Amino acid sequence: MKSLSTAWKHMRRSPYQAMAAILTMFLTLLLTGIFFLASSASYFILQYFESKPQITVFFTDKVDESEVTKLKTILEATGKITSLKYVSKDEALGIYREQNKHDPLLLEMVTADILPASLEVSATDPKYLGDLEPIIKQAQGVEEVVYQKDVVDTLISWTNAIRLVGGSLAGLLALDSILIVTTIIGMKIALKKQEVEILTLVGASPWYIRAPFLLEGGLYGVMSACVASILIGGVILWMYPMLLTFLGVIPAIGILLGNPTGVPFLMATLGFVGGLAATGFLLGTIGSFVAVSRYLRF
Amino acid sequence: MIRFEHVTKAYGQIRALHDVSVDIQDGEFVFLIGPSGAGKTTFLRLLIRDIAPSRGTICIDSWNLGTLPRSSVYLLRRKVGTVFQDFKLLSDRTVFENVALGLEIRGKNDSEIERDVMRVLTLVKLGEKRHLFPQQMSAGELQRTSIARTIVGGPSVILADEPTGNLDPDTAWEILEILQQVNSLGTTVIMATHNAGIVNDLKKRTIALDRGSMVSDEAKGRYHTTHKTAAARHKSEA
Repeated sequence: MKSLSTAWKHMRRSPYQAMAAILTMFLTLLLTGIFFLASSASYFILQYFESKPQITVFFTDKVDESEVTKLKTILEATGKITSLKYVSKDEALGIYREQNKHDPLLLEMVTADILPASLEVSATDPKYLGDLEPIIKQAQGVEEVVYQKDVVDTLISWTNAIRLVGGSLAGLLALDSILIVTTIIGMKIALKKQEVEILTLVGASPWYIRAPFLLEGGLYGVMSACVASILIGGVILWMYPMLLTFLGVIPAIGILLGNPTGVPFLMATLGFVGGLAATGFLLGTIGSFVAVSRYLRF
Repeated sequence: MIRFEHVTKAYGQIRALHDVSVDIQDGEFVFLIGPSGAGKTTFLRLLIRDIAPSRGTICIDSWNLGTLPRSSVYLLRRKVGTVFQDFKLLSDRTVFENVALGLEIRGKNDSEIERDVMRVLTLVKLGEKRHLFPQQMSAGELQRTSIARTIVGGPSVILADEPTGNLDPDTAWEILEILQQVNSLGTTVIMATHNAGIVNDLKKRTIALDRGSMVSDEAKGRYHTTHKTAAARHKSEA
């Protein structure tokens, strides 16, 4: 507790150095936070698409139900199918209406006639999709075959790109933050050389002397994380309607964003802010530790 | 007990202390005298492991300072407190806070600190000035603050490196009275000084050093005229 108050006193007495450290770490944590959220969102989106049927077979308007049943029987006989679900024109209209219930104009223009019936196919393993494709294409009444795999592959490449760019940038900024904190704490140790000497001579333990400097770096990190969290929270609040429209259909995201006062949202917020604060504390403490190890040897 | 056995400290070619052997019993009051450069400060710095001897052994009770790990030196410095000629007070802390430092480093809680600091400040007659900062105080008051910080933790040995060097005679005597009072409670006091009046009046054990060598060790010593200053010696040598 004493070390914490000493660390706070150090910060108050050199506000410009403290501000430089906090601003640098704030940028690092802001970007880390944004990339973490983007990466998490892309993960949920990916998971959502992976859980969807891997092939959707659209039929022509004139297709007979017996032909659909025949195709289902052939596909089931391969032993490579997890599930098959037939969506009739009427059911397709129902789905369409549910998805566009807030836009009456879109609802007026569409009838069951213009929507195709479809068969949603999930294979036991994506590698079987190649074997199933010719069977589906040879079937009577098939108009179009849509592979979910293409969408998933695109999403995977986007997710990987976000992770690579975000991770590299966050890593570089983290290194930068550590170096800045090391420099600032090193300067502070140099400024307090006389105080450190006196403390050493009167019998202060090495950790009594080091702890305030270590905590100071950690405090920079926690403060930066708080500012970054507030800014990210503000941006999310500002973009809330748009995020809800575009990402609300993803179940995991829908549960979180759908009820901002619910337990899942509050727990996720707490976890995010806590994680960011812990990252900031860790970065700051590493920076301080390097400075302390270098300039406070007993 | 403090024991020096054939202790030598050299800085390159310069011998600051040469083959010094001496025993100091618990509760003794010892003056360390000699001209500037005689090795008094080196003697004291060796006792708090601020420097290590080039040869010989130094023991305080069961601790051999030569084998004491660096990580344990702070424990030695809690046992052996030091009063410095230049006070070594923290300028951004009040008298109370400076004295409290001696207890904070020992992990005492606030109520213990409040009680013990006030007790010691009353002893050194600074209770009324506990809220002042070092720059608002006289040299005598600063030295009393420094002594208070040293004794508040209850060390078994106090080293005083010319504590009256910057003080007028009256204030010097005040400091001596405090150190004698602490000594009467059983604390060993080793005081390096140039002040012949104090040494001659108190008639305590006196160890005289000259050019790094121990030249005398008297039970009721005096500051003899033979303990000339370096300047006087150089003049006579010339």
